[in-house]
Amino acid sequence: MLKIKNLHASIDDKEILKGINLEINPGEVHAIMGPNGSGKSTLSSVIAGKEDFDMTQGEIIFEGEELSELDPDERAHKGIFLSFQYPIEIPGVSVTNFMRAAINAHRKANGQDDMPANEMLKLIKEKSELLEIDRKFLSRSLNEGFSGGEKKRNEIFQMAVLDPKLSILDETDSGLDIDALKVVAKGVNKLRTKDNAVLLITHYQRLLNYIQPDFVHVLVDGKIVKSGGKELALELEEKGYDWLKPEQV
Amino acid sequence: MELKDKLVSSFLAFEEEFGGENDDLHNIRNQAIKDFDRIGFPGKKEEAWKYTSLNSVLKHDYSFFPKKDDSLEYRDIKDYLIDNIDTYDLVFVDGVYSSHLSQTTHDKIDVCLMSSALNKSPYKAVVDKYFNKIAPKTGLNALNTAFTREGAYIHIQKNKMADKPIQIINFSTGKESAMLLQPRNLIVVDENAHVQIIERHQSLTDSPVLTNAVTEIFADKRAIVDYYKIQNDATSASLIDNTFIEQQSESFCSVHTFSLGGKLTRNNLNFYQKGEHIDSTLKGVTLIEGKQHVDHNTLVHHIEPNCESHQDYKGIFDGNSTGVFNGKVVVEKEAQKTNAYQSNNNVLLTDKATINSKPQLEIFADDVKCSHGCTIGQLDEDALFYLRSRGIPKREAQGLMMYAFANNVLESVKIPELKKRINTLIAEKLDVEVGFSL
Repeated sequence: MLKIKNLHASIDDKEILKGINLEINPGEVHAIMGPNGSGKSTLSSVIAGKEDFDMTQGEIIFEGEELSELDPDERAHKGIFLSFQYPIEIPGVSVTNFMRAAINAHRKANGQDDMPANEMLKLIKEKSELLEIDRKFLSRSLNEGFSGGEKKRNEIFQMAVLDPKLSILDETDSGLDIDALKVVAKGVNKLRTKDNAVLLITHYQRLLNYIQPDFVHVLVDGKIVKSGGKELALELEEKGYDWLKPEQV
Repeated sequence: MELKDKLVSSFLAFEEEFGGENDDLHNIRNQAIKDFDRIGFPGKKEEAWKYTSLNSVLKHDYSFFPKKDDSLEYRDIKDYLIDNIDTYDLVFVDGVYSSHLSQTTHDKIDVCLMSSALNKSPYKAVVDKYFNKIAPKTGLNALNTAFTREGAYIHIQKNKMADKPIQIINFSTGKESAMLLQPRNLIVVDENAHVQIIERHQSLTDSPVLTNAVTEIFADKRAIVDYYKIQNDATSASLIDNTFIEQQSESFCSVHTFSLGGKLTRNNLNFYQKGEHIDSTLKGVTLIEGKQHVDHNTLVHHIEPNCESHQDYKGIFDGNSTGVFNGKVVVEKEAQKTNAYQSNNNVLLTDKATINSKPQLEIFADDVKCSHGCTIGQLDEDALFYLRSRGIPKREAQGLMMYAFANNVLESVKIPELKKRINTLIAEKLDVEVGFSL
């Protein structure tokens, strides 16, 4: 599904990603772990198409197609979804209106007409129940005044509605108490199928207790320095990241 | 002949035809035309007019004295009215009152015509006390006063509440090749009385129209006045709006100005706080494109202690459009414990759009809270990325963001149907769909 080959990316001439290789197949859950400043969030932003970053080398191939020339919205239409670490507050645009704009933009890109209102209501209702989101919440301004947990739940709700092929969850566990984390994890697990994939970006192992990865990769200083199964996450939890650095030299 | 000379030389003919019997008014007009002759139209040398030139709108050969026109029907104007709620309507067509399109009242409150109020005895006491007493002596005000003939007269007596909003709508039909309109409104809200007013100027053709409107509002103790101005006129129509509000203790007055169209729009909006515990609120959304020009020139004069003022103006400028925000707050020495807030935020969508934003604070008291903030920028890139990452294309994402930016000024609009209407107008201008709710 996703093949990243020798990806280098920089911002303001500072190289952050220094040759990433990663392959994700349908049905898999991958976790990328690493210390602060290792480039985890940059990787997710680059895959989603944030224009602040320059891709200086390498390729990102999604479903056989090179992504580098595509806009963020076009990547979304192909089935890439990024759950933000810090979802942006947009006062004056309700969650519902935002979702409608997003759903219809996807449909338009696929040559379909706007989703009929009753169908949309049904979809939004169903997915909001999955994430235990209150109805009143949907008419509030997007992320405005939301608690940390509400913001993250809202991200996964959007993911549920848009039904992407590849979901990148950037630090979804940060700022969540254990109950909120369980709701979010339950939502993510319910949405898993043999045809979609999840890329978890996280600093801590905690989330991985609830969303079990098939593969764990350790990112240090812009490179993946170690990959393994889910037991690697436990090892990292115990030993921290420092022991990995020498191996890379 | 220059417009000014033409106006001055038409004054006698005007007096003869429309002057009426009121000697006091006659004297006021005579003085006003002298003042106008002396002061004239404002020029760019004046600080307050540095960024707005009237040259392009003064060059037309305007007619001043339109004939009565009853040809407009309700269906011609209904798009410009808030028609899904019950309102009092004062409709003027080319400056002349249209009785068949209006709904007035004298039941407990007076919602009627300036021409009646100026010439009939029951209104004399109020007119003598307030007419031309709040507006300062400027060339434009003097010009309007000299040619005062028609407009809205609204008087809400003590402890009364206008039972429905009042709409004041000035249409121009383009029957004349170019027209100068000078509506004059007087709104007196007595102690503990309450009124909501919606005002609109609308040209129905492409002929040049210049409106020089003067509105005087007096809010007595504990009065509440909410005034909404919809400025979404044709690109051949220009408006100089002069609105002056005098407030007494514990009164609350708000003016919302939605500047969404027109060739040149200048809003002179002055608040004079003549008591304690007064709240004055000034809000505006400007959303223009092409070569349109909108200038907000505000003054809040804090004269007594313990008062507040809140100013929040948002502007979005596309194309070659230009905006001006000149917000002046004066806090007199006696006006201790004043809270005065001012913010002016602008988004420029092109390299050619401009905004001149100039806050002016003159504070002579030492125990006050005054703040002002002004921003000029582009849309937040992180927010745009967020929207685009959900599949919303760039243009649409920008539209949604601008809608969100402008929309929060609407929160304080107290008439739900009006709020909805303005919301729709803004969404249409930005080409976004927002009417969906659960």
